[in-house]
Amino acid sequence: MTVIDPGEESGAVLDVTGLSVEFPTEDGIVRAVRGVGYRLERGESLGIVGESGSGKSVTALAVMGLLPRSARVRGSVRFEGAELLGLSDNQLSDVRGRGIAMVFQDPMTSLNPVYPVGYQIAETLQRHHPDLTKRAARERAVELLGTVGIPSPERRVDAYPHEMSGGMRQRVVIAIAMANDPDVIIADEPTTALDVTVQAQILDALETARAETGAALVLITHDLGVVAGHTDRVAVMYAGRIVETGPVEDIFYAPRMPYTLGLLGSLPRLDREEERLTPITGSPPSLLNLPPGCPFAPRCPLRREVCDSTEPPLHQAGPVGHLSACHFAAELVGAGADQVFDAVGADAEALARFADTAPSTEEDPA
Amino acid sequence: MTDTEAGTQRPRVDGEFTVRQRTQTQLVLRRFLRHRAAMISLAVFLLIVLWAFVGPHLWHYSYRKYTPDNSQPPSWKHPFGTDASGYDAYAQIMRGTQTSLKIAILIALGSTLVGAVWGAVAGFYRGFVDAVMMRVADLVLTLPLFAIALVISSRSGGSWYWIAVVIAGLTWAYVARVVRSSVLSLREKEFVEAARALGASDARIIFRHLLPNALGPIIVNATVLVATGILTETALSFLGFGVQPPDTSLGLLVAQAQTAVDTRPWLFYIPGAFIIAIALTINFIGDGLRDAFDPRQQRVRQ
Amino acid sequence: MTAPAALLPPLPGHGGTGEPVLQVRDLVKHFPVLSRGVVRRRVGDVHAVCGVSFDLHENETLGLVGESGSGKTTLARTVLNLERATSGSVRYGGRELTELSRRRMRPLRRDLQIVFQDPYASLDPRISVHEIIAEPLRIHGRYGTRGADEVRELLRLVGLNPEHGNRFAHEFSGGQRQRIGIARALALRPRVIVLDEPVSALDVSIQAGVLNLLMDLQSELGLSFLFVAHDLSVMRHVAGRVAVMYLGRLVEIAPARQLFARPAHPYTQALVSAIPLPDPRKERARKRITVQGDVPSPVRPPSGCRFRTRCPKFAAQLTESERTACVEEVPALADRGSGNPVACHYAESIELL
Repeated sequence: MTVIDPGEESGAVLDVTGLSVEFPTEDGIVRAVRGVGYRLERGESLGIVGESGSGKSVTALAVMGLLPRSARVRGSVRFEGAELLGLSDNQLSDVRGRGIAMVFQDPMTSLNPVYPVGYQIAETLQRHHPDLTKRAARERAVELLGTVGIPSPERRVDAYPHEMSGGMRQRVVIAIAMANDPDVIIADEPTTALDVTVQAQILDALETARAETGAALVLITHDLGVVAGHTDRVAVMYAGRIVETGPVEDIFYAPRMPYTLGLLGSLPRLDREEERLTPITGSPPSLLNLPPGCPFAPRCPLRREVCDSTEPPLHQAGPVGHLSACHFAAELVGAGADQVFDAVGADAEALARFADTAPSTEEDPA
Repeated sequence: MTDTEAGTQRPRVDGEFTVRQRTQTQLVLRRFLRHRAAMISLAVFLLIVLWAFVGPHLWHYSYRKYTPDNSQPPSWKHPFGTDASGYDAYAQIMRGTQTSLKIAILIALGSTLVGAVWGAVAGFYRGFVDAVMMRVADLVLTLPLFAIALVISSRSGGSWYWIAVVIAGLTWAYVARVVRSSVLSLREKEFVEAARALGASDARIIFRHLLPNALGPIIVNATVLVATGILTETALSFLGFGVQPPDTSLGLLVAQAQTAVDTRPWLFYIPGAFIIAIALTINFIGDGLRDAFDPRQQRVRQ
Repeated sequence: MTAPAALLPPLPGHGGTGEPVLQVRDLVKHFPVLSRGVVRRRVGDVHAVCGVSFDLHENETLGLVGESGSGKTTLARTVLNLERATSGSVRYGGRELTELSRRRMRPLRRDLQIVFQDPYASLDPRISVHEIIAEPLRIHGRYGTRGADEVRELLRLVGLNPEHGNRFAHEFSGGQRQRIGIARALALRPRVIVLDEPVSALDVSIQAGVLNLLMDLQSELGLSFLFVAHDLSVMRHVAGRVAVMYLGRLVEIAPARQLFARPAHPYTQALVSAIPLPDPRKERARKRITVQGDVPSPVRPPSGCRFRTRCPKFAAQLTESERTACVEEVPALADRGSGNPVACHYAESIELL
């Protein structure tokens, strides 16, 4: 586990600082990412959680240099000390292959439909080890397919991506990532399109890939459960920013940002019976013309005047490495979601009226 | 109201409607307004329409009245000249444009109406109904439009609406095919199943849900049909099976002037230019609409 | 019209209290697989739902859980007669639904409603929200003079501002749209609502509000919910009883508490242990039962027990002779000592949480 300390200059494998991404649209500028920073030590795993539109995927794409040309990216992304932002496509693709591997939600974005999967893995291997013979590359491909849990890999090695199920394809993508022997794997919602039983297999495959290559992992997901089990540190994103970050246990057991607390309280749990969930009211703000102040303020039960005017910076909010972007982080010490949020459901008055009134007409024309 | 709050709680103005999208209509309109060729064409086309329908009331010659001048080249008095019998060509072209437009628009409306309902019913029911209805439509499409139009309209006395009805009767099948294919995909949408789960009748589903959602391709097609209509009418009239004198149309005017191409070129070229202008502007408008309705044109989303 | 018949005999061990509202027996739904080419012959069947039986009781939430391809959505639609059943029976109020024509079905639609998964696709983009909610009232001739008020009341009921009725569906967020879908389903004051993955398209913080709303509606209005979902955590929260589906068959049915505390079918066990817990210590300390591979094609499902190809028990614990039963014999959904019906020859309760 590491401390995010911008002053420290150490062997971080990936160091993102002040990253911001803007998309100009007809209606104005969409500020999808607003000053995101994280650093990843060798072999470490970081979970980035957030709901749709929080900017978690855009952050990953920006790191990989995969955003469309129209996007304006600022800040700094350093991979092993070398700046990635502003590199040409050619220079980047070298880094992408060797240093940072990416696993997307839809495996078909990284697989070529016209080549057998084994060929694609072998090709990757040979790119990195030009002295590898064709035969050896193929053998290694079979081995990798086996490692990520594909049954009878010797047969599957000649299959085309479309002949495989979604889970199988995702495993192939992970095998390709392993073939690159990367230092960082960025997995963007790798299991979102899959069934739970398959999700468990894919997460296992990711773990295997990490163990074999020693790569650090950035796991981007909306599923708090996945993060809980597979990462050392967590960053919670909301409206394009990291609003809370820290060691996984601190985030889950002692959240210091009302949004994180609200998320945990909204989650139905398998391991305990809760009477009522405590939803977060309202919806995330539009990233277009974002008003000043804390973006979570309109939905926040702790909101005060200062929240509408000043956006709180990430600051120390607990034990070492636990940062929160809330003016009142200290008030959340020891608070449960049910103490902070209301368990709103149906409008009680309207419901009572509805239950009492009879339908307007009984007869039916049919 | 915000997403999870009950109605009685304090209303919150901010945070609601974060999905600030435009309506489909607004989006289409915006994209259309940006299509320069289509906008210029629309302006030109509207000017022509205005001129053809309002102009005759303001012009001091009637298309039916002889003037004392015959075979005059264009002048201030007769901007488009006069023909051998002394008719004022300006008045005649206004009238001709008016008739041609009326026919074209009636064709577009008629065939769109019939074709849209036909296609929607076929696409909605699929199976046997679809097979029979679409074979009928295919049959109509295989009929030589021109030959049939010639035969029927030659017996109808040349009134403009008869010509329109005959041509529409042969072009609706194009619309039917387009609408059918878009209904085939629409009917699989969940909101159609939702309507069915509410107990909606087939007619309600077709007219309330399917057709309004297929409006895009329908409008695009209707525009193209206006152009087709004008060209078909022109060709029929040119051959003498369309509009009959004393009424006139652009096609008829060109036909009457074909002997005078060398001696009085204004009689031939001016109505010809109008035909081209109308067909061209409408095609550009159609292009603009097609681009505007095309979902692939949507803005880049995050 | 069929004469109102008495209730069917209850299913042994299925649990549930109160009058059965909806009774489903041996329901089968196959979809033909057609060959390619000009003459499209039937070359096989997708076995979407195979002999499913259950009762839905008054004022209860029966959860129907399964992964993609389990047939749960098809089952939900077949129960509502939105898909024609291949065979089997669905009884509501003494009427056999599978035999009813669409016209005959219409009056029953007032009682049996559905909320769809995709809040974006299930609302017609071309009509206003007011009209969307008014549609059921209009179809059943109940709009009348008070219709507009009723729609406003429904909007308020689901937590939306009644003044927003003239807006269009796309102006609302996902959670708000799902509320619109719920208001539409409630308009006719149904007794049974089938909820087809009503929250799986929503973000967690939004989903919780919709779940609370649904639970309030049920307890106040005495509704019966058939709640279809793939998310076991949601199921545990809302459902009184849960039925687990795999490849078109029910493999286990039990009261929610029991199902999660002591699942007996290897598939249920795998499902429960595959759900990640949002609790780092518990999650890392858990015992896991993992399955191999993916769900087989429902066109050619495995013989005998359909889960055997992925079953960890079959692969690791059973002897060769014990496996014969799994391959040859379809396990019946019956109590084998676990206290609830399980469709596994070698069912055995395990505590997983």
